[in-house]
Amino acid sequence: MGKNLLRKVWDLHKVKTLPSGQDQLFIGLHLIHEVTSPQAFAMLAERGLKVLHPERTFATVDHIVPTDDQHRPFKDDLAEQMIRALEGNTEKHDIAFFGLDSGQQGIVHIIGPELGLSQPGMTIACGDSHTSTHGALGAIAIGIGTSQVRDVLATQTLALNPLKVRRIEVCGILRPGVYSKDIILKIIADLGVKGGLGYAYEYGGTAIEALPMEARLTICNMSIEGGARVGYINPDRVTFDYLKGRRFVPKGKDFEKAVEFWKQIASDAEAEYDDRFQLDADTLEPMIAWGINPGQAVGVEQKLPVLKELKEDEREAAELAYAHTHFRPGQPIKGQKIDVAFIGSCTNGRISDLREAARQVKGHEAASHVKALVVPGSKAVAEQAAAEGLPEIFREAGFQWRGAGCSMCLGMNPDVLVGDQICASSSNRNFIGRQGSPKGRTLLMSPAMVAAAAVVGEVTDVRQFFQGGGA
Amino acid sequence: MSTSTAKIREISGRAVAVRGNDIDTDRIIPARYMKELTFDSLGRYSFQDQRFDAAGKSTDHPFNDPRYQGASVLLVNKNFGCGSSREHAPQALMRWGIRALIGESFAEIFAGNCSAIGVPTLTVGHEEIEQLMKQVEADPATLLHLDLESRTLQAGDSRLSFSLPESQARVLLSGTWDSTATLLEDQKEIRATAARLPYLKDFPYDRSGDQADGDRSGRA
Repeated sequence: MGKNLLRKVWDLHKVKTLPSGQDQLFIGLHLIHEVTSPQAFAMLAERGLKVLHPERTFATVDHIVPTDDQHRPFKDDLAEQMIRALEGNTEKHDIAFFGLDSGQQGIVHIIGPELGLSQPGMTIACGDSHTSTHGALGAIAIGIGTSQVRDVLATQTLALNPLKVRRIEVCGILRPGVYSKDIILKIIADLGVKGGLGYAYEYGGTAIEALPMEARLTICNMSIEGGARVGYINPDRVTFDYLKGRRFVPKGKDFEKAVEFWKQIASDAEAEYDDRFQLDADTLEPMIAWGINPGQAVGVEQKLPVLKELKEDEREAAELAYAHTHFRPGQPIKGQKIDVAFIGSCTNGRISDLREAARQVKGHEAASHVKALVVPGSKAVAEQAAAEGLPEIFREAGFQWRGAGCSMCLGMNPDVLVGDQICASSSNRNFIGRQGSPKGRTLLMSPAMVAAAAVVGEVTDVRQFFQGGGA
Repeated sequence: MSTSTAKIREISGRAVAVRGNDIDTDRIIPARYMKELTFDSLGRYSFQDQRFDAAGKSTDHPFNDPRYQGASVLLVNKNFGCGSSREHAPQALMRWGIRALIGESFAEIFAGNCSAIGVPTLTVGHEEIEQLMKQVEADPATLLHLDLESRTLQAGDSRLSFSLPESQARVLLSGTWDSTATLLEDQKEIRATAARLPYLKDFPYDRSGDQADGDRSGRA
């Protein structure tokens, strides 16, 4: 029997087995940001420790940056303090910092792949649960807490419990208007938000293999929403082509050496898995997470679940969801009026997401009652979009075009919902209060679906709205 | 250099139950309270949006209930702490006074974050947690005594056993839950591992673009 990628990468990076029974793994790339690192640097200082591998550590600022006015000092003094702390810590420890003026700033999970920092066969850690994103390149990428950020800064290693691997086979091919976001929302709906506890998810099959890299990043990004701390896709030609020529990716002969290694690190044909799951892409429809966790999702043409039809252990969460959303059991989700439309985040803030959304809105206008926001995931995405004329398309359609950052995904910056507003959002979490208002309501969907909802003013089937595209 | 941490063998105290599956870390501490450079003042924000309504009025959340003030054990249901990896969540609970959690299951990153600050996450079955919650709700003065070594807990007159991930049990019982010192013990092994990684030795990052930027990326 062969080995899967997780096992190969794990073994390659294993320093030793610790007395606790956990494995100590070397971390090839450590990404840091302003929210979960200052306390870790303070702990280092208290103990007189230094950063062991500053050259394998990269920083940017994303969670707290305002997206309307990015001039310094920020109007929010707390946000200003946080960026200053990161500037100070990275300078003191000689860590590369992609700040607001660098031209490379952006959401940490957008810029890692974009700069070619995230590569197949690496172990990657970041103090953010959406670190699983980088697994799309064939890396084992792990979201960690602040004490573990301290561990990686000081030792470039982590103490980790072994993971099981579930192979998720997505067969068939996506239909127009259906996207990788819909695949992952469907997987989470089927396996549940706790289904991935203890597992890494390996995504494969014809529908996954046909996806371009940016669509793959969306899938791995949301692994954690299904309870899986790690999600990955085996590196292939799509991966190599995506990486070629990116800033930190080796060039010339070194690139060829890299590709040889990347091919070897992929799961063997007869690799063993602890579990398997299969999904058919052919019959998939655009998905909408309507409740208070990302697993509470239905197809756009479906009705919201009636409590008695749900499995017993899903009922309580559904009741809570109805109490929060004030939606009615059995109502269609299509036609649900929205107040805000948000396109962006580490899930769907890449250039292909913005292109797809722009294609929907071109020649249309956002409904007059809808506040619509487009937030590129990075400065590089913003620049590319500008070169393609996307900001004009969005502005003409009444959308606000913003600067790069996490924005309305999480309510840590000025972009927040107000009161009980309903937001069609391309982000990753519909938790109560997630978008900054305790009463706010979040409908998760693909960027194209958000764009269509913004124009119509209510949840709309993008397949009927426009001659939709694929992946 | 290293910080020696206390061995955690027993925890005693009163308990508070926060019912519900899939309670995410955004609910435990909303992101807007994370604009802080230290964890010091987070305790007061635990479950903030559950404890206060839009007008700032206190709700009937157990963390507001005077009978549960001073509780040190938190009783929860399934998948507690899912979502964001923010260590701010266990830090907030710990600074509120929580020293141990007992639940049906915990999200992985959350459980790791708890362990890293010396707060055990014990698991029991559905029936057992229901019984414990009822007992504590009926009599908030009920004293719990948790013994990590024997994996048993005493709640008033009743006694039951719990599970604890083996690795967590070992680091808590041996006082090595603050992992940095343990991880630093074998620097030679760390160097040896780094030395065999193809992406470090055979095809390292291309740094030739570094000088072009106005930022500090050139220094790395």
